Amino acid sequence: MKKTLVLTAATAAVLAGCATYTPPTKEETMAVIRSSFQDRGIAKVDRLNQTELQKVCSETGNDPPKEVRERLEKQALAAVKFPADGKWLGDHTLGERIAQTGVGLQWSDQPGASAGGNCYACHQLTKAEISYGNIGPSLYNYGKLRGYSDDIKRYTWAKIWNTHAYNACSSMPRFGDAGILTEEQIRNVMALLLDPKSPVNQ
Amino acid sequence: MRATSNRAGRRHLALAAALALATAGAAAQEKDRTIEEIERYRQMLQEGNPAELLVVRGEELWKARRGPKNASLEQCDIGLGPGVVKGAYAQLPRYFADVDQVMDFEARLVHCMVTLQGFERAALVKSPFSGAGQRQTEIESITTYVVEQSRGATIAVPQNHPKEKAAHDRGRQLFYMRAGPYDFACSTCHGVDDQRIRLQDLPNFEKPAPAQRAFATWPAYRVSQGALRTMQWRINDCFRQQRWPEPIFISQGTIDLITFLGVKAAGGKMDSPAIKR
Repeated sequence: MKKTLVLTAATAAVLAGCATYTPPTKEETMAVIRSSFQDRGIAKVDRLNQTELQKVCSETGNDPPKEVRERLEKQALAAVKFPADGKWLGDHTLGERIAQTGVGLQWSDQPGASAGGNCYACHQLTKAEISYGNIGPSLYNYGKLRGYSDDIKRYTWAKIWNTHAYNACSSMPRFGDAGILTEEQIRNVMALLLDPKSPVNQ
Repeated sequence: MRATSNRAGRRHLALAAALALATAGAAAQEKDRTIEEIERYRQMLQEGNPAELLVVRGEELWKARRGPKNASLEQCDIGLGPGVVKGAYAQLPRYFADVDQVMDFEARLVHCMVTLQGFERAALVKSPFSGAGQRQTEIESITTYVVEQSRGATIAVPQNHPKEKAAHDRGRQLFYMRAGPYDFACSTCHGVDDQRIRLQDLPNFEKPAPAQRAFATWPAYRVSQGALRTMQWRINDCFRQQRWPEPIFISQGTIDLITFLGVKAAGGKMDSPAIKR
């Protein structure tokens, strides 16, 4: 009697598929994902087409093998567009406004509308703004701590333009590379970080 | 209804005052006090959740004979058998043999409104979420009633049927998928402990406690929007901020993601409709 029961339970398990389950392949899953999204406003379904870097970072838990990581970082750095006129810094008060603004590239945003950098979503910057996130490191006293050399300016520009130049799977958006901020806006954010008079450096 | 919106209005003022007080100073101490104030404000809100009114409307809609077939939803099987509402939401999404697919509550509700009541699917899924200042939709109202009937129930999203497992596995891939102009995945914000956007805490779905807390408290009344928001809305608005295209309401992908989150939240106790900022 007991044996029959065990056998019945086993049969039921097989029927329920426990023993025969095959996980969906990556491609099958991608097909389901694609069929589950639609264009809305400026956010079109082609945004689901992953870049190589997005794909690698997604599939490796943001920790790709060393040689892949180094290649991706090198590619990212090589594509950074530095300011043609060598002018690194704009206006830090305008930079603060960009750091405060979170709009841009959502389906709820107007096409062509100027995007913000939303720096405070993830970083501390000035002492006055207490509503800041912690996904990224604190940037308070950014310039004061690192100095105001051309090397630091060059590094910071590249970091903002395409963060993957220094950390292949960083969570930060590619503000220059992805066309989120204009060169002029990046100059203003640079000033927020690296102008000795900026509230960040007080 | 008016009394409620006044009450909500006063609470908006209270929060504004709390935040204004907090921003007047600038030290780290002030920040802690802000978080304390927001916590106090949240507790204050728990005392009178406007979603209670929606539970009543939802129950009426559930029980009323409506639609071209002049039928009620009382014979709707949401997983525990026709007409069983108590505790059912805590075990969704799940596999339904009659349609041979995994459905979350909102998908199942639409299914029942179509099959039992004769409503047109296209009309139901066209505008499932109420806009600013609009009356809550029928889907939102009924969802509020049904989830309330699971308050205190243990979250147990089933993983028995192969399609339930497949939904979970696809949901996991979607959760970690980076895409779009900002390169964001769900996991960018929801895969690390104690992360915040501005002052908003972000639950880490890789840990049981925050996953349980998050899953247990949706649907929720959002004070900042003056509206009840469902899990499908929550997913929709995350993808908006993720800079992705729009997830189609009750599409397989959204159900997969909710399945993944629900499995992560196993063992938690439903506490919805909750009230949030």
